[in-house]
Amino acid sequence: MGETTPLLELANLDVRFDTADGEVHAVRGINLTVAPGETLAVVGESGSGKSQAMMAAMGLLAKNGRATGSVRYRGREILGLPARALDEIRGAKIAMIFQEPMTSLDPLYTIGNQLAEPLMRHKRLGAKAARQRAVELLTLVGIPDPERRLRAYPHELSGGQRQRVMIAMALAAEPDVLIADEPTTALDVTVQAQILELLRSLQQRFHMGIVFITHDLGLARHFADRVAVMRYGQVVEEGPALRVLTRPEHDYTRMLLAAEPTGTKAPPPDDAPIVLEARAIDVTFQIGGGLLAGPPLEIRAVDKVSVTLKQGQTIGIVGESGSGKSTLGRALIRLIHSEGDIRLFGQPIGGLDAAGLRALRRQVQIVFQDPYGSLSPRMTVGEIVSEGLRVHEPQLDARTREQQVIAALEDVTLDPSLRNRYPHEFSGGQRQRIAIARAIVLKPRVLVLDEPTSALDRSVQKGIVELLRRLQREYGLSYLFISHDLSVVRALSDWIMVMRRGQLVEAGPTEEVYGAPAAAYTRELIAAAYGLTDAQEGAASAGN
Amino acid sequence: MLRYVLRRLLTAIPTLFLIVTLSFFLLRVAPGGPFSQERGLSPEVRANLERVYQLDAPLWRQYLSYLGNLLHGDFGPSYNLPDFTVADLFRVGLPVSVQLGASALVLALILGSILGIVAALRQNRGVDYAVVALATAGSTIPTFVIAPLYQLVFALTLAWVPVAGWGGGALVNKIGPALTLALPQIAIVARLMRGAMIEALRANHIRTARALGLGSWSVVVKHALRGALLPIISYAGPAAAALLTGSVVVETVFAIPGVGRYFVDAALNRDYTLVMGTVVVIAVFVIMFNLIVDLLYALVDPRVRYD
Amino acid sequence: MTELVLSRPVKGRSLWIDAWRRLTANRAAVVSVVYLLLMGVACLVGPLLTGHHYTTIYTDYVRVPPSLTAYPKPDQISGMLDELIRRMRVDLVAWNDQDDRISLTIRSSRPIDPRVVRYFDRSSSFADPKVETTSPDGLTLTLSTAVAKHYFLFGTDNTGRDLLTRTLIAGRVSLAIGLLAGLTAVVIGVIYGATAGYLGGRIDDIMMRIVDVLYSLPFIFLVIMLVVFFGRNFVLMFIAVGAVQWLDMARIVRGQALSIRRQEYVQAALALGVSPLGILWRHVVPNTLGPVAVYMTLLVPQVILLESFLSYLGLGVQEPLTSWGVLIAQGAKNIPSATWLLIFPSIFLTSTLFALNFLGDGLRDALDPKDR
Repeated sequence: MGETTPLLELANLDVRFDTADGEVHAVRGINLTVAPGETLAVVGESGSGKSQAMMAAMGLLAKNGRATGSVRYRGREILGLPARALDEIRGAKIAMIFQEPMTSLDPLYTIGNQLAEPLMRHKRLGAKAARQRAVELLTLVGIPDPERRLRAYPHELSGGQRQRVMIAMALAAEPDVLIADEPTTALDVTVQAQILELLRSLQQRFHMGIVFITHDLGLARHFADRVAVMRYGQVVEEGPALRVLTRPEHDYTRMLLAAEPTGTKAPPPDDAPIVLEARAIDVTFQIGGGLLAGPPLEIRAVDKVSVTLKQGQTIGIVGESGSGKSTLGRALIRLIHSEGDIRLFGQPIGGLDAAGLRALRRQVQIVFQDPYGSLSPRMTVGEIVSEGLRVHEPQLDARTREQQVIAALEDVTLDPSLRNRYPHEFSGGQRQRIAIARAIVLKPRVLVLDEPTSALDRSVQKGIVELLRRLQREYGLSYLFISHDLSVVRALSDWIMVMRRGQLVEAGPTEEVYGAPAAAYTRELIAAAYGLTDAQEGAASAGN
Repeated sequence: MLRYVLRRLLTAIPTLFLIVTLSFFLLRVAPGGPFSQERGLSPEVRANLERVYQLDAPLWRQYLSYLGNLLHGDFGPSYNLPDFTVADLFRVGLPVSVQLGASALVLALILGSILGIVAALRQNRGVDYAVVALATAGSTIPTFVIAPLYQLVFALTLAWVPVAGWGGGALVNKIGPALTLALPQIAIVARLMRGAMIEALRANHIRTARALGLGSWSVVVKHALRGALLPIISYAGPAAAALLTGSVVVETVFAIPGVGRYFVDAALNRDYTLVMGTVVVIAVFVIMFNLIVDLLYALVDPRVRYD
Repeated sequence: MTELVLSRPVKGRSLWIDAWRRLTANRAAVVSVVYLLLMGVACLVGPLLTGHHYTTIYTDYVRVPPSLTAYPKPDQISGMLDELIRRMRVDLVAWNDQDDRISLTIRSSRPIDPRVVRYFDRSSSFADPKVETTSPDGLTLTLSTAVAKHYFLFGTDNTGRDLLTRTLIAGRVSLAIGLLAGLTAVVIGVIYGATAGYLGGRIDDIMMRIVDVLYSLPFIFLVIMLVVFFGRNFVLMFIAVGAVQWLDMARIVRGQALSIRRQEYVQAALALGVSPLGILWRHVVPNTLGPVAVYMTLLVPQVILLESFLSYLGLGVQEPLTSWGVLIAQGAKNIPSATWLLIFPSIFLTSTLFALNFLGDGLRDALDPKDR
């Protein structure tokens, strides 16, 4: 696209941050351009500098950040413009939407009020005209009943609806360039498909250039014309989407593509003993209530779900947020109270008291999603891993205990000499390994894995998947693998349970469910995850 | 909303009851009595006095009769100021204290907020450091140092204002006491506002507003400030209750006829009824302002709903 | 595999060490820490070095202003002599100042007992008096005496006691009270708040309701009642004051505990079968200590202020012991004539409070988890 001036052009852009630990060089001299009607995907893992480059272009860096180089909008330099001049371009010519739909709108003002603001500022509309236009915009982004929604507050909308409102706000002044920073990452997979479809149709309509920042290669493939792959603040490869993602030239791109989870899991033999069996599990939460507040509101999080887990088996429990899959996992190991019958090795555990449960805890362990929140920040890794030993084998002397900790750390391929370090000194993937070491040091029979890979980059994720496979082989573990990520579940599980709104929608052997889903919801889920194009028809009209 | 208010008022009754009961017995089991300190009272006279005020009855009967009187709005006579009932003292003194406290509160909220906002917008620069130092000074120099210094400079040396006295609420009389009362509060509000603004300016939705080019006025005033008001509101409730019920130091130093002066003397002299009356009045103020805070909260933050 | 036990484990960098690093990089906080340490040492050791005891009364030097040179000033000697002569009931004929000693001649209508020199001994301003000559009739005496030199860097108070010594002694009391009451408040507050926050539910409701009720009681009323109960025993009283101050602490810790309870590491500990007490002790309490440390540095100045307020009301430390609050209260009463009585204790108090506040701010910045 040599002759015409590009809409947006980043040239030799450098971003540095001054931190307490010295200077961080986040973006190292990158060059990117976007033409009208074109979608450029900037792909990279966390810390690659992809977001910071765009924040710098928009003049949105944190106070300790500095940007040098050049950012041009239609040939005009905008980097380093004073805020007042920049505000003539931001929102009016270049708009940006963000990842966090829950916090990106001001919770204290109505949707109508927030939508009217850019209209009144950039389009110089009066209050009444702005309101009129706001209704049109809400209709455009597929929010049903827009007149009434104008009076709603952000917390009264779902995540998908909020992201639609964000898009409406960004489009209010009809910008030429839209920068979308992981706009669908925090959303459920079916909603994600709808939002992407919306963006695509709006792009065609307004002939916008879109910069699409994402960590997800699959999304980039479906959505972008061109792809730029970033790593350590540099663009390592750039080119047409199809070429880059099918015939990558750079090792890093190749590695990213190879990091998509692969492989399958063979089911356990038919005569494998049943380790965990649960019949008709019900979990209800009570919200509010009190002495004078009246009866509490009851929410049924899990509704009559049954599970049978055999030795060596991995059951994948999939569903979107609010489906009750995590609640079910916690109920099965009695972290929360539930109705129904739970048996471990044939022994009922539903009515056990704290002391009785303690013996059970040895057999059943759990690994959580958040590698930052699941390790006590003020304990060393050694203390964290040995805590279970102190509870269940108090007779061990310090040396034996340390040896077991070392063995567990080696099992998860972490250097045991790091055992006196603290969690914050490790990366996300390493922390997840520590959490797994804590779970397996007691030699349990069952592991509940609650989204253990969801917070990790794909390349790191792959290592955890391999680790889980190996541990299962070596110790004959049974897994309950809870995840919203269908491709990881597919690679690890031999049995699938699909949940929605607390109920079991469908269950069966992995390849049967993925190959020929019986329930409509399962089909929708799989279509959204694997073939974004197939989901488009239903998406634009659905309006979430 | 109305139902919520009613429910809150209803739950205030047991709280108030607990407070009255607790203070009543705390006061009574403390050694000494209203007439034990006056020398020269013969045992007969004292016994007579105690009979007049029914202090010789069993404690539980006194308690019940106090509760009964309280329900009728009768706070009883003051023991140490025998010409007045407790209600009389409050009728005269409370408006003065409330007037003074309200001036101080308004002063603190306005000045403190402005200082805090300016500091937050200029974080880690000269102005910011100056405000932080000023706020620290304001909350560390005791009132009873500021008050005499004010008198020394503005009344004795410059003779701009009278040294002390209420003067029927004249402005020149009020400036000193109101400023002295407000100064520590200004400091606290400034600190709170600074912190809240810095926090608010970091929020994701502020980033959205900036990305949409909404201009700094909209970003700072419309979006950041409203969110930053919440901690100020929750501070202002208890602060208002404390300020409006009078201050011992300020009312003593400036010779102001408010209710703040009574409390310490009354407690030391075991003027039971006056102490209890003050406790009840302060508790009512605290409960009332907590309710107002919660209602204001709902007004500012639509996520808070009471029904 | 077990050979690896021999491999020396790498030393970790705990969050506390991180915070310490950040704190030491904060100049205001470091200056504050150094200042507070110096203040502590000065108050502990200083009174031994000033040359005065805090109870010693110099009747010749009531309310003398601060001075870097020694008392008595040359023009004061004559006045002090006159005063002494008057008490000796004799007449002064002449006196002169030679070297360090003063020689003087006194006369009386009756024979003078040589033991009158004791008056010089008793006076704090003179020392080592000697009878040089006695006239044959015994009516005239020539004496010599040395002048005792005293330094009052901060001047003296209304009864003639050295203000510097008293300010340092007062510092001991004020700092001790601040730490004692602060510590009491922290211990009660942390245990109470962590228990309520961790247990949650109905128990939490009831425990916080109790805190609410105590909050609604006028604070000064509680304090006065405690003073009445514990009398003037200042240690007991300030444990009691700490026992009143714990309410804020309890609220802060409870809020922390509530959010920690929802953290996955607590869930993980539950899944491991750790007992509630173990979770409270190993997971909840250590993670509340950051805000607790910050709050404590801000609580200590509050308590010192409170003490000075009580002293102002006459409820605090009793004479001859003193505290900064007592000194300031006395100073405020002498404000037009003897400003040093207000100024020096005020400087000590406010500078200490300032340093504590800056330290608290620095600690908060250093421990701020957002920064992690």
